[in-house]
This record gives sequence, structure tokens and C-alpha cells, in this order.
Amino acid sequence: MMSTGMSSNLPMLPILVPFISAILMLFFGKRVVAHKIIAVLSTSISVVVSFYLLIVVLKEGMLVFCASDWSAPFGIILTMDLFSCIMVILSGVIFFAGTLYSIFTIDYEQQRNDYFVLVLFMAMGVNGAFITGDIFNMFVWFEILLVSSYVLMAIGSFRKQLRETFKYMMLNILASTLFLIAVGVLYSIVGSMNMADIAEKLATLDNKGIITVIAMMFLVVFGIKGGLFPLFFWLPQSYTEPPAAVAAIFGGMLTKVGVYCLFRVFTLIFVGNTAFTHSVLLILGIATMLIGVIGAVGRFRFKSILSYHIISQVGYMIMGLGLYTVMGIAGGIFHIAHNVVVKSCLFLTQGITNKISKTDNIKEMGGMLAKYPVLGWTFLLAAFSLAGVPPFSGFFSKFILIQESLAQSLYWAVIIAVAVSFLTLMSHIKIFLYVFWGKEKTLPHPEDNLRRNVTGALAPCIMLVTASLAMGIAAQPVMEVILEASKQLMDPNYYIESVMSIAGRR
Amino acid sequence: MELIIAILIGFLFAAGAYLILERRLLRVVMGASLMSHGVLLFLITAGSLKRGLAPILVEGGEEYVDAVPQALILTAIVISFATTAFSLVLAYKIYHRGGKDDLEKLRGEVDAHDEHRNE
Repeated sequence: MMSTGMSSNLPMLPILVPFISAILMLFFGKRVVAHKIIAVLSTSISVVVSFYLLIVVLKEGMLVFCASDWSAPFGIILTMDLFSCIMVILSGVIFFAGTLYSIFTIDYEQQRNDYFVLVLFMAMGVNGAFITGDIFNMFVWFEILLVSSYVLMAIGSFRKQLRETFKYMMLNILASTLFLIAVGVLYSIVGSMNMADIAEKLATLDNKGIITVIAMMFLVVFGIKGGLFPLFFWLPQSYTEPPAAVAAIFGGMLTKVGVYCLFRVFTLIFVGNTAFTHSVLLILGIATMLIGVIGAVGRFRFKSILSYHIISQVGYMIMGLGLYTVMGIAGGIFHIAHNVVVKSCLFLTQGITNKISKTDNIKEMGGMLAKYPVLGWTFLLAAFSLAGVPPFSGFFSKFILIQESLAQSLYWAVIIAVAVSFLTLMSHIKIFLYVFWGKEKTLPHPEDNLRRNVTGALAPCIMLVTASLAMGIAAQPVMEVILEASKQLMDPNYYIESVMSIAGRR
Repeated sequence: MELIIAILIGFLFAAGAYLILERRLLRVVMGASLMSHGVLLFLITAGSLKRGLAPILVEGGEEYVDAVPQALILTAIVISFATTAFSLVLAYKIYHRGGKDDLEKLRGEVDAHDEHRNE
């Protein structure tokens, strides 16, 4: 059924497309129109390419690209199994929606200062992190996306932005330091950077204790990036300051890069002592979802409520990883797919309300449903999807996770997961009541073209909600692909053999 | 040799951690860059240190230096150079715009209302 790996240059595509177009954009200097056209073209090409890759991977099995034809443990390799492929599709969709949205909402001055170039470089970094098969190379991709994210966060140079960027940056420098230490320790033990090679060698190692120590180091590193309890403290503040388009890409995609890496290393490399490591993951996942949702309850800033919900949703994904069965992992992947789409959509709608009302405090808004009905209903549908109301995608991912925890008799986890869903729904209903219902507040002077910009900015929101609805309605075929991806993840030998069987010419 | 380097790494990390806990922005940046120096040394030590050997395995030769950690730190040096440069610019910008070089005064509340929204 599953054929082993195939040598191919295709895994380079999701990196090359944004890279080449970003460089192309630099040639146009400060001409914003050209930037916009190239950005939209490039991100839409990325979407098409990622779906094409999915078809190829489904048919041919894992794709492996050996840089300059050095075969597996010696050269840097790029790999593309189904899980990477799903993540690349998601990043394609989010960057496309984010770019469309940016055209209508980002200030001219920021667009002129190479905003779109940075977005594309970040897309390159994100895709690279998903595709690479080399642990040090993963660090490099992380740095690429982080450097772009620092600049995107600071772009505009408002005092608040600079302040939050500084903290975000220092925290990430520390996390990167820890990442390098973990990589160094791992290298001193196995003498390799290739993930397949590391996994193969660690399986035969006698000293299991040191592996668990390294596993925990990686857990801390990716936990910081992914916003895992108790390492999420930086996230709510950082994600409240940048403009909505940037916050949507950050909240939707960047945290999921950390989650992706956790999935990758804890299904491929650190599988020797699952009784300990995966129980830790499960407990952390549950704690994350609970603490995140409780954090959101008392907030009244729109973005900060959404940011706390990012944290709580990451908990569900890690819970799926902690369950460590084919169904559990599948539920986790489904939840990533669902959450990336819906979370970005919520951030984008938040951006529009902010544009209309000029405030971020939900108590100062009100009655927007009368003037902007589409916006209100889009938000409500996305919120329902996030909370897990059928037939949206959120229902199915949570259903799988809860079913699997019941099968493993983890009743306490089920109770908390369901309770968190209710709290999520409650806190989004709170937003809906304050922002869209009630008496209409007198809004400040609308800027020029507000109507046009709102209509334009709504398009990506509607697109994302439709995607979530489609994932819910077509849950069966989507689930089949995800199950296949999860089977590949649960069988590390598949990954190892696919990578090792490719013979380069050197 | 390893022992001396290990002590040096420990010293760099201690100094870096101390500086990061300071309140002035510039010292925090310095602390972060000292820490990344410590990590670079750690990486090169992880590949075991040998003196006077080339990173090439010649015919008949027994000993050689592992070249991979050197390639790794070369990459890491470039990256830490870039991030340090950017953080210096950022620190300067914060100072320039706010007139402050003190982290205590840069504290922000998540729910603080938008006092400088349209500055």
C-alpha cells in the first residue's frame, strides 16, 4: 500500500516559490502595486503547488530531496511525507488569506517598507521547517522565520510594538540557544544531524536516560515556540500588538510550527521511553488547554481573548500527540488543520472590527451586526467551529480526540476537554454579544474607503470559514488522508527506510 | 582541554544570564550575545576537541577532526550575528522613541487600554 521513498526535486518547490518571488519583489523597490501583485500570485501558486504535492505524495509515497546528491546521512535532505504535506497546504492557505487581507488593511507606509517581502520570507521559513529532514537545518529554518517575524512585528515602529518585539525577540534568542544546546548534546551522542539517522542510532543506544533528558530539552524548546503550558507566558502580549494580518499569520501558523516539530521529534526520534515522555505530553496538553481558556475568561481585549484561545487549542493538539495511537495522532493532526484555518479567520475578523471601531476593547464596541451583518455571522460561524459545534471541522477533531481518550479510559482528560470546549464557546459568545449585538455605539469618523476595505478584507475571512465548513462536511475523505499521515508517523521505520533507501550519486 | 573549555562555557553562560537579568536594554542584548557565544563553544566541544589535526581523513591516517561541528557553528555564528545586530537596532529604536533604556518602564499590561493607539 505505502510505497517507500522516492528521490525527487519536488520538495524544494514550497521553499523556492516564496523565495524567488520575494527576491523578485526587491527589484521593484518601493512600488507597492507590483509588490501586491507578486505577493498574491506567489501565494496562490504556493497553494496550487502544495495540493499538487499532496497528490504526488499520496500516489508515490514519501519524497526525499538530497541536496547536491549527497545520500542520506551525509548531506542535508528535505523530506516530504504526508504530514509535512498537510502542513505545507495549511501554510499555503494561511499565507494566501493573510496576503489578500493585508492588501486591504495594512497601512500604505508599512506596505511600502517591504511588508510583503517579509511575509514571503516568513512563508519560506515556515515551509522549510516543515520540509527539512535535518535537525540542524530545522534550527536554521526556525531562525529564518523568526527574523522575518521580528521585523513584521516591529514594522510601523509604534512604541508598544517595539516594546513587545524586544521581549519576543529576547525570549526566542534564549529558546534558540537552548535548541542549539540540545542539538549539540544529541550530536555528541549519535554523531549525526539527519533525523532518520538519529532515530535509527538512538534505537540501538543502551543509555536510555540521556535520550529522555534530550527529549525534555526539545520539549522545552518547541514548547516555548508552540505556547505550551507553562511556557506560554510570552504569547498573549506579543500577539496583541502587531496588526491583525500579522497576528493572524503568527497565531495561525507560527505556533503550529512548534507543534509540528513536537509531533515530528516525538514520533520519530524520541519513541524509546513513551511511557514517560508521552505521559508528560498528555498532562502538559491538558494543562495547556485548561489554563489557556481560563486566561481568556477575564479578558476584555478582543485580541487578547483570541490569543489565550490559541494556547488552549494547542493543548488539544498536544493531547493527541500524548495519546500516541494512530487515532490519537490523527485527531491531533485534524485539530491542527482545523485550528490553523479557524484561528486565522477569527484574528482577521477582529482586525476588521478594529478598523471600524478604532478600539480593541470589546466593551467599547457594540451593535455592529446592523451595519456589517456578513462580518458578524462570519465571526459567529468561525467561533462555533472553534468551540466544536457540528457540522464544522472543530467538532470532528475534538470528537476523535475524545473518543480515543475514552478508549484509553482517560476519563479525567475527557472531562477537561469537554469543559474547555464549553468555556471556549462561552467566551466567544461573550465577544459576539459585546461586539455585534446590543445597541449601536457611535463609531468614530470612518476613514476613506472604509466600506471598500471592509468588503475586500471580508473575502479571505469568508474563504477560511468555508474551508472549515468544507473540512467538516467532507470529514470522511479528509480523515482518510490524515489517517494515512498518522499511520506514517506512528511507523518511524517507514520514514527511516524511505530516507535511507535513497542513494545519491556521491 | 575539554575541561578548560567547559569552565569557559560555564563562565559565559553565567555572565550572560546575569546580564539578561539586568534592567538596561543594552546589557540584555550583551547578555544574549554572550550566551550565544557560550553555545558556539559548546557545539564545537560536542564534536570533541583535538589539536593540530586537519578535518580530513588522509590515507593511512588514524586521527582527524570532525568537520561537521565547525560547519554548524559557522552557520550559527552568522545567525547570532544577524540577531544581535537586529536587537541592537531595536534597542536603539526603543531608546530613540521612548527615551528609555530601562526594561522596568517598558512593562505592558495585556488589558491596558489603548492609550497610544494612534501615536
